[in-house]
Amino acid sequence: MKKTLISLCALALGGMSLSACGGSEAADDGKITMGFAQVGAESGWRTANTTSIQDSAKEAGIDLKFSDAQQKQENQIKSIRSYIQQKVDVIAFSPVVETGWDAVLQEAKRAKIPVVLTDRAVDTEDTSLYVTFIGSDFVEEGEKAGQWLVDNAEASDVDKDGAINVVELQGTTGSAPAIDRKKGFEDVISSDSTIKITSSQTGDFTRDGGKQVMEAFLQSDPKIDVVYAHNDDMGLGAIEAIKAAGKKPGTDIKIITVDAVKDGMTALAAGEINFIVECSPLLGPQLMDVAEKVVAGEEVPERIVTEETTFTPEQAAEALPDRKY
Amino acid sequence: MPEILRSGRAIGARMMAHRLFWPLAALGALLVVNLIATPTFFNVRIQDGHLFGSLVDIVRNGAPVLLVAIGMTLVIATRGIDLSVGAVAAIAGAVACVYIVESPADGAAGAAVIAVSMALAVCVALGLWNGFLVAVVGIQPIIATLVLMVAGRGIAMLVTGGQITTVNNDAFAALASGHLLTLPVAALIALGVFAATQIVVRRTALGLLIESVGINPEASRLAGVRSRTIIWTVYVFAALCAGTAGLIIAANTHSVNANSLGLWIELDAILAVVIGGTSLAGGRFSLTGTLVGAMLIATLTRTIPNIGIPAEANYLFKALVVVIVCLLQSPKARAVLQRRREPVPTSRGEVVA
Repeated sequence: MKKTLISLCALALGGMSLSACGGSEAADDGKITMGFAQVGAESGWRTANTTSIQDSAKEAGIDLKFSDAQQKQENQIKSIRSYIQQKVDVIAFSPVVETGWDAVLQEAKRAKIPVVLTDRAVDTEDTSLYVTFIGSDFVEEGEKAGQWLVDNAEASDVDKDGAINVVELQGTTGSAPAIDRKKGFEDVISSDSTIKITSSQTGDFTRDGGKQVMEAFLQSDPKIDVVYAHNDDMGLGAIEAIKAAGKKPGTDIKIITVDAVKDGMTALAAGEINFIVECSPLLGPQLMDVAEKVVAGEEVPERIVTEETTFTPEQAAEALPDRKY
Repeated sequence: MPEILRSGRAIGARMMAHRLFWPLAALGALLVVNLIATPTFFNVRIQDGHLFGSLVDIVRNGAPVLLVAIGMTLVIATRGIDLSVGAVAAIAGAVACVYIVESPADGAAGAAVIAVSMALAVCVALGLWNGFLVAVVGIQPIIATLVLMVAGRGIAMLVTGGQITTVNNDAFAALASGHLLTLPVAALIALGVFAATQIVVRRTALGLLIESVGINPEASRLAGVRSRTIIWTVYVFAALCAGTAGLIIAANTHSVNANSLGLWIELDAILAVVIGGTSLAGGRFSLTGTLVGAMLIATLTRTIPNIGIPAEANYLFKALVVVIVCLLQSPKARAVLQRRREPVPTSRGEVVA
């Protein structure tokens, strides 16, 4: 009974919209509607990402339909399907995993709804399934970190023995940021023969992991000059380990990290970290810009790199008061 | 001197047949490998008024796994299993850190004490829930605790609001990185719980009752053992141990990340119990075995960065060591080894095993 009622209502509504404009355009008031399927709320970084998207949608006057997949691909596929049914003007999402998107993206394509990927890429043969991918270039982040070390090579040779021994705390083995940040860093430091990575091990992007691995490095290698951590959290763990070993982080051992979350920036401003490469979650404005262009039928590049910067302790102290995440 | 030789061989054979021979041998071998890779591996010095060195790190970092494994041993002895310990650890860390951050004096020792008590109280409730599902409702332990394993991380995320919560409280941090009489507090807590548990289960009838419930719950009930109360007790104890481990992990980095705190620690704990010679089929258990198992896992974790195994291969390395230890412990492999080395009558080996 309930079902028949609902379908009757749906039929009636469908008839109304047909008679009203006779097309499939949802944007009869000229307002763009965007469906966004977020990964979840697993970290401060991700929450900042969500806030940025919601705020900039409001600012750009875009009607945002938001869903949280709680780290599950099937939830994300479900919400993308519902956006297709609601005939939104543009769909954007950060894929939970890289594969398994072809079917649902085909559906979007058939419904002529453009898809924008944010932050994470998908693995598909058919690049016509999405318009563009907005996100960080992890290789470039690694290169920026390496460049700072090359530029500050002399100051970073803490024990003045002519060799700069770097230990690397890698992200989760096999994840894109871990592979790319390692590669970018290695590419740049190979230009300076005095800089060498002496040990490298995964700390799983966590503080506890970073601390335990760093404790082991400190015991097995007395000549560490620099720590390069693939994210702030592992760097913060390394700081704890260095302090426990009776050394001064940032002075006795230089620390370079990637991300620039609030806790990391606080440590940077306090001089316990020496340099942070930003990996910005604030891609809302760029996303809205792209959405407007796509809906207007303009061409957009296939790959858009997030605008990101780097921080020294002085810059961190300046930026810290308005750091939201 | 054939007699001395023979008696020497007999002692050797008896040693090899001991339940803990192979885990201890593996532990020794790992330490030797580390010593070869880093000649200073065994060095322990005084740093800022406390002991400092690789061995100290191993015992300290092994404390959470040891704690969880102690609780797990008793649960497994009742023929159960607790998969929810990692999630319980995350909830404990989350409750304590969020309380400290939100209390008006977030640096005070009093705040830390209340936070820890609150977290442990929550753990008791969670253990009661697990025990209720297993002992009263009669759900298979693996499924009953799976409920909390999945839901628990969600609860921890709710408590922290999905954020990494950082605390600045020296008293709380001391749980993991503090020292008492130059010894790390975390290790003292774990070893204290170990000693207390050992005394309670071996000096009272509790150990015997737990074993009897594990061997045959129905027969124990008919014999007048309150198996329901016993099962309930071990799940609450396991949750308390897991909660303490969670607090130590959170204190170690002054922060709680509901996604990663204690992730997969249940597997490490079960592994420690099995390496220690407690059968997953329930019944006889060995807390000393669990201690050796936990230290083996902690040493293994330290070995990977110390000898420089590439990150891509570290799971493979871990798996290899575990497989070798488990194989050497299996009765079949031991029988084969004994026949090869020493033609001792097999009945003798069986008695000792």
